[in-house]
Amino acid sequence: MGKKLESNFTNMVVVLFAISLIASAGVGYVYTLTQEPIAKAAQAKQQQAISNVVPGEFDNDPTADMWTKEIDGGVLEFYPAKKGGELVGTAVKTFSNNGFNGYIEIMAGFKPDGSIYDYSVLKNNETPGLGSKMNDWFREGEKRDVRGKTPGTAGLKVSKDGGDIDAITAATISSRAFLDAINRAAAALQGADATSGATQQNQ
Amino acid sequence: MSHIKTLTNGIFRENPTFGLVLGMCPTLATTTSAANGMGMGAATTFVLVMSNLVISLVANLIPDKIRIPAFIVIIAAFVTIVDFAMQAYTQSLYEALGLFIPLIVVNCIVLGRAEAFASKNGPILSMLDGLGMGIGFTLSLTILGCIREFLGSGKIFDMTIMPEQYGMLAFVLAPGGFLVLGLLMAIVNRLRKSN
Repeated sequence: MGKKLESNFTNMVVVLFAISLIASAGVGYVYTLTQEPIAKAAQAKQQQAISNVVPGEFDNDPTADMWTKEIDGGVLEFYPAKKGGELVGTAVKTFSNNGFNGYIEIMAGFKPDGSIYDYSVLKNNETPGLGSKMNDWFREGEKRDVRGKTPGTAGLKVSKDGGDIDAITAATISSRAFLDAINRAAAALQGADATSGATQQNQ
Repeated sequence: MSHIKTLTNGIFRENPTFGLVLGMCPTLATTTSAANGMGMGAATTFVLVMSNLVISLVANLIPDKIRIPAFIVIIAAFVTIVDFAMQAYTQSLYEALGLFIPLIVVNCIVLGRAEAFASKNGPILSMLDGLGMGIGFTLSLTILGCIREFLGSGKIFDMTIMPEQYGMLAFVLAPGGFLVLGLLMAIVNRLRKSN
């Protein structure tokens, strides 16, 4: 092996510059390669999440018909699923900032009558084994199942707060945040039906 | 012979987790399940092999005083590449590991091997060293993940072995991680001594 380059100022600047340049060129190249698959994967995930929570089949592209509404310092995204022009359900990407570890994101599906069809938790930082169980918890058992319930404007509540949904054991805060997100979506959807729902059907 | 020794060195005698006790932060944080531990191990292995290779090739061109920043830039480039690739092709794993992928940059195993081995040895030996260390790291993370997942939720690699209600939640959380790590380290040390 040859002799090491001396640590003088010019050498150091030139070498570090060259290394940074080559490294960033490499990273940039990989970025262009993976940009498309990343976007595709994210889109596929979104599509999957939507079709998981709306009832039955649909033949439109809910992502293309997406509309948004700003509420409580965040943005709700509404994905209407239609079959033959008829609304079969709406998937709402909703959120809550009240999770045990902050932000959670849920895709909630509603039937046209406002009842919950299904949901899927997209993002959560809840404690593993406790609050993170929310993805399954609210589907099991009579007192936990939120499916088929209609939150309306009053909203769903955990039994501790006088509601009729059993909270996740040892994770009441996460459960409240979950219902908070669902309620926000339901309320916004109902409010929107009254106003922009009419313009929707005119399209 | 020395090639094979270099390779097996990292797997048992100088195992990064149980022998050198490096990279504890990702070790404890990502081994909540066997699959997560293995994913983290595989990502680190790739970075180790590639950074060891490149660093052994350019070591003589790097003046001593700036070798740490230079190594970090090289390592960071490979970590970013892994980050992009995982995001594109293994979405669910990417989400499970999240922050810990970028944090491979400051994983002391990677920088430690660059400094202690790759900067003093040729490319082939360096790659073998990286591979051996990576396999050692992956193995220990997978074992740790298996034990914690089994004790915590009764599953291994998501396959149910015993009903979930018998799981001891503490093992998925941080305290159980420390416990399992400590006990495993004791066992490995005992084995090493008797050898």
